[in-house]
Amino acid sequence: MARHWRAGAAGLAVLGLTLTACGGAKVGDDSAAGSGSSGKCGTFNLAINPWVGYEANAAVLAYVAEHDLGCKVEQKDLKEEIAWQGFGTGEVDAVVENWGHDDLKKKYITDQKTALDAGPTGNKGLIGWYVPPWLAKAHPDILDWKNLDKYASKFKTSESGGKGQLLDGDPSFVTNDEALVKNLKLDFKVVYAGSETALIQAYRNAEKNKEWVIGYFYEPQWFMSEVPLKKVSLPEYKTGCDADAEKVACDYPVYELDKIVSAKFAKSGSPAYDLVKNFTWTNEDQNTVAKYIAVDKMAPEAAAKKWVEANRDKVDAWIK
Amino acid sequence: MTPATTEVPQRRGTPQDAAGTPVISVRELWKVFGPKAAQVPGSEELRGLTRRELMDRTGCTAAVRDVNFEVAPGEVFVVMGLSGSGKSTLVRCLTRLIEPTAGEILFEGEDIRDADASRLRELRRSKFSMVFQHFGLLPHRRVVDNVAFGLEIRGMSRAERTKRALEVVELVGLSGYESSYPDQLSGGMQQRVGLARALAGDPEVLLFDEPFSALDPLIRRDMQNEVVRLHHEVGKTMLFITHDLSEALRLGDRILIMRDGRMVQCGTGDELVGAPADDYVRDFVRDVPRGDVLTLRWIMRPVEPDDPLDGPELGPDVVVKEATRAVLAAEKPVKVVENGTLLGIVGDEEILAVVAGQEGDA
Amino acid sequence: MTVAVQKTQRPQRTGTEEPPATARRPRTVSRPMIVAAILVVWLVLFAVLRGRQTLSLGAADLTDLHRWFNDVNDSIGANRNSNPLFLYFFNEIRLVIDTLVTFVQELISQPTAGRPVPQIGWLGVVGIVGYVSWAVGNWRVALLAVAGFTFLGLQGLWQESMDTLALTLSAVCVALLFALPLGVWAGLSDRVSRIVTPFLDFMQTMPTFVYLAPLTLFFLIGPASATIATAIYAAPPAIRITAHAIRSVPETTVEAANSMGATRRQALLKVLLPMSKRTVVMGVNQTIMAALAMVTIAALINAPGLGATVVQALQSLDVGTAFNAGLAIVVMAIVLDRVTTAASARADTARGSDSPFLKWRRQLVVAGGVVAAVLVYLSHTYLWAAEFPGEGSAGSTIAKAATDVTTWAQDNLSGLTNAFRDVLTNGLLNPFQTLLTDSPWWLVGAALVALGTVLGGWRAGATTVVCVGLLVGTGLWSDAMTTLASTAVATVLVMLLGVALGVWMGRSALVDRLLRPTLDAAQVMPPFVYLVPFLALFGATRFTAIVAAIVYAAPVAIKIIADGVRAVPGTTVEAAMSTGCNTWQIITKVQLPMSRGALTLATNQGLIYVLSMVVVGGLVGAGALGYDVVAGFSQGQLYGKGLAAGLAIVLLGVMFDRITQAAARRAGA
Repeated sequence: MARHWRAGAAGLAVLGLTLTACGGAKVGDDSAAGSGSSGKCGTFNLAINPWVGYEANAAVLAYVAEHDLGCKVEQKDLKEEIAWQGFGTGEVDAVVENWGHDDLKKKYITDQKTALDAGPTGNKGLIGWYVPPWLAKAHPDILDWKNLDKYASKFKTSESGGKGQLLDGDPSFVTNDEALVKNLKLDFKVVYAGSETALIQAYRNAEKNKEWVIGYFYEPQWFMSEVPLKKVSLPEYKTGCDADAEKVACDYPVYELDKIVSAKFAKSGSPAYDLVKNFTWTNEDQNTVAKYIAVDKMAPEAAAKKWVEANRDKVDAWIK
Repeated sequence: MTPATTEVPQRRGTPQDAAGTPVISVRELWKVFGPKAAQVPGSEELRGLTRRELMDRTGCTAAVRDVNFEVAPGEVFVVMGLSGSGKSTLVRCLTRLIEPTAGEILFEGEDIRDADASRLRELRRSKFSMVFQHFGLLPHRRVVDNVAFGLEIRGMSRAERTKRALEVVELVGLSGYESSYPDQLSGGMQQRVGLARALAGDPEVLLFDEPFSALDPLIRRDMQNEVVRLHHEVGKTMLFITHDLSEALRLGDRILIMRDGRMVQCGTGDELVGAPADDYVRDFVRDVPRGDVLTLRWIMRPVEPDDPLDGPELGPDVVVKEATRAVLAAEKPVKVVENGTLLGIVGDEEILAVVAGQEGDA
Repeated sequence: MTVAVQKTQRPQRTGTEEPPATARRPRTVSRPMIVAAILVVWLVLFAVLRGRQTLSLGAADLTDLHRWFNDVNDSIGANRNSNPLFLYFFNEIRLVIDTLVTFVQELISQPTAGRPVPQIGWLGVVGIVGYVSWAVGNWRVALLAVAGFTFLGLQGLWQESMDTLALTLSAVCVALLFALPLGVWAGLSDRVSRIVTPFLDFMQTMPTFVYLAPLTLFFLIGPASATIATAIYAAPPAIRITAHAIRSVPETTVEAANSMGATRRQALLKVLLPMSKRTVVMGVNQTIMAALAMVTIAALINAPGLGATVVQALQSLDVGTAFNAGLAIVVMAIVLDRVTTAASARADTARGSDSPFLKWRRQLVVAGGVVAAVLVYLSHTYLWAAEFPGEGSAGSTIAKAATDVTTWAQDNLSGLTNAFRDVLTNGLLNPFQTLLTDSPWWLVGAALVALGTVLGGWRAGATTVVCVGLLVGTGLWSDAMTTLASTAVATVLVMLLGVALGVWMGRSALVDRLLRPTLDAAQVMPPFVYLVPFLALFGATRFTAIVAAIVYAAPVAIKIIADGVRAVPGTTVEAAMSTGCNTWQIITKVQLPMSRGALTLATNQGLIYVLSMVVVGGLVGAGALGYDVVAGFSQGQLYGKGLAAGLAIVLLGVMFDRITQAAARRAGA
């Protein structure tokens, strides 16, 4: 019996080797094509912060760096805090959409000197209180903060303890909302949704079911192309009006979104650094790519390709 | 405690007083569990307390209390008691699986309590073997490897220990099951493996801790016969723990009865039945078929002047059951003679009293 | 029953004899009445003292402790390049682990030097998986494994799956390297066990988010950090179960070995280890499951694989894609679970020497090995065997179906779900939370200590005192009470569900067979996947967090209760039936009371699992400690607060664990 099995095993082995002989294309036949593009650029470590707008910036930059500069792009999915930390350890070369983060700038640019500001992305970041479009249409006066109290009871939920609910959200952003509610003497309570996902879902439902929702949001944001939220005007921002976090009673500043690179990367002479430094585009550009990714469900790389092909002139300006 | 040879049918021929020195001699052995256990055996006051009182006073439990006995070479010595009487603790104290609190355990003159770890291991490896109630087999090893386990521990080579294990497997009647795993065997067969494992190391003393309690009655009887047979063939000294009186009587040359950690009585089976030391023992032996155990020595009556003395002769250690036919057949009372001396006579009346159970508890 | 067994228990019994004596006094009043009395006193004092000394802290406010944590964290970051501990210790560890992970990745998932594909392609991996599953298990699980892994390819997630597999296997290896020896040691020594247990509690209840960022400081962004984070979370089950396995080797067997003169080493190697093998394999199984549960979280520090797909899909609320990837994790988990379970069962069954099949086994193993080797060779050499063919159309079908189902549910059920949410929130959660957060802290603390003492005895009471004190110390008392309220409500619901389904499953083997895979799936499906539909159904509320926690925690409770009900001796049920009990009476008067131990264990485990979802809850509107942890992970200046919140979660966990365990012991006594 044993001999049978041994014979069987040998037979199988022979069969396998025969298959090999007529097995089709071999690995490595076309491997030369893949490694052709590695030029002088080397590796470019690009942090990917977890929101779609950022991903749009990163996808386009990565696409250009790879295809025009021949870099090997390592994309690293990281939250901001950890991405900045990576400048010091040499694991991150660039963060390509930064919202303020004065604390991080102080820590890594001023104190540790491991990071550098690489200029604005051209995008303007707005933060504020938004309502779904149907609400703005039905009650246009709601877009002024002074009228909010009038509707406070409409915003009541199971979470807000009898007051109107102001839905705060993404823990990644600094919010002054608790102070704002207090200092503007609004009959609202801040409720923490806890994530961008939760915020978006809340607005999406609100628009669909005509629910009353007001909350913290920001643009550019891909979701704006699905549901164009309307911003409620708060008392106008003046420089320094948000200096004391306890006493804030004004709108959020307009953020000049910028790019941060590691000090090492800046000195490396990599063409990727110049690309990052020169990179700038409009909110509309970003929204287009973000929409490809989030709404049309394209892979980031495909989305970038589509945009780059349509906007060759802009890209050429970055890599001059 | 005069040793007496009784002629129960399956008696083996190892008179325990044949060799002078005992194999095991236990003196004033104590095992106390609980806080400050060590002071109990030394304290005159505490020693005298009952178990319950001791528990209330000190929080200690005395499992074995002031036990003394000796086991002669080749003897089958049975320790009997109900559960909780301390018998299993006692047998574990002998090889210090449980560390005794006080007393002496002499094995061939050496106090086991003085042995250091390696000497103790040495003794366990070569001199003692134990058979357990719940077998304690290794489920991941085949029968033959279980049997060879003790030899393996000693560092015997694989070929050698397998050879020896196969011999023992055959000796206990497990031929053909060498390659089975324990859970494929019945309880009785598993205990045969336990037995084989104990025998494999060719120890001088076999310790049995209620080895057959977990088995069905029929299988238990088989196994008891097996032990008797093995004792005939290999002639080991055996110390046997049981709670079953009939098992004790079947197997034991002498029986030690324990209660609440103390020894109540120690003697041969007919001594226990014929002269129970107290009500506890009397209660115990009440249902024993006396004719199977008692010898003529226990039922003979002194010769009276008008007794006819021309009847047949029998020895004093003949069991009543075996003498019955002879006595009833004889027309005259039977003379009980030992070494030519007339000890007494037994007539129909005495025999019938025992066989009919009339002798009572007197 | 041997005397020796009774004896060895005796000393312990005498040790605990006194405490019941003191605790027995109130017994004359009956425990439920004391509990009720405590609650009444609490309510009365609450009415009087409401809103005073509640220790509430604003979302952006920090205490000195939080600032100190921040400073420590910052100074570590600033000194990491000069500190010898980093240069010679952490860096070395990182290098070793990085090398290990990279090696496995290059083997199965990532292109390696000069090759556009990994060393072993899909065909080779499927071959190896099938072969190994068969060799350690049986042909049925081998079939399942092959089908499962092929399915991963059809989903269009081959490379992601292999990345996840590589990381999981590496993390499990690292975890077991420490867990098994430690578990054996803890099994042999009571003292080690006592020392290790609190650390294990800590490792299991401390939210990963809290140590994720510091880990990247110590071990940099990359495979090492992800592996270590996973290993920290995954090691405790292996340690606990190994220790338990060693402890449950029958005493007689150990005694038998001792009686034959075995040395400690011989007893360990030849008796304890082989005999506990089966249970230890179950520990390995639990470790693998725990490691897979970390896949999505590890993705936040750039761990490649399925987790990254899930996280990325959620940025655009792409439920379908997230579900597809989540399903791949479930499939992998089920395959690994069934294979390890079969391997553990094999330890007992496969050596039946009568089977003629077994005589050929050796030959079969060799033949199988040859086949696997051929497949590996093919997948190394030929493109068709290296890269999974097709576009993963099954994946897009699944994604689309998932999206459709979600959309339908959102459109049609949200009215119903909202009503349900409002009833429970206003009727149960809000009053309870108000009681906890608006009472003075010392009143709640005193009530907790009193309840702990009454239910668990003075030792549990003492633990509660320490935990309450430390909770106040974290500066997050109010948040902790909010979280406590949600946790308690979630646990109650988990137990309701657990009893209902558990009894049903325990009584019917068919129901068990049908429900169990669903429960398994609910346990390993990353919560991130179902958060979006839940958000749509229940809004960003505490209730959503509660529902998410129930989905995660209920399967454990259900399984434990089902096993408990099944373990009720058939004769007892038969006896009850013969006295004319109807089904309801049998359940309430026989089966549930007799599985009291299982019920307490289920409560304990349910609570711990609910607590482990606190952070996820923070992402969907639960606020409080969960939000603090998430915010601490996202914003540097809140790091210390997040750490404190993590500690508070651990404290809540330890407090409840000790109370329920003590209560269980008393119930059993």
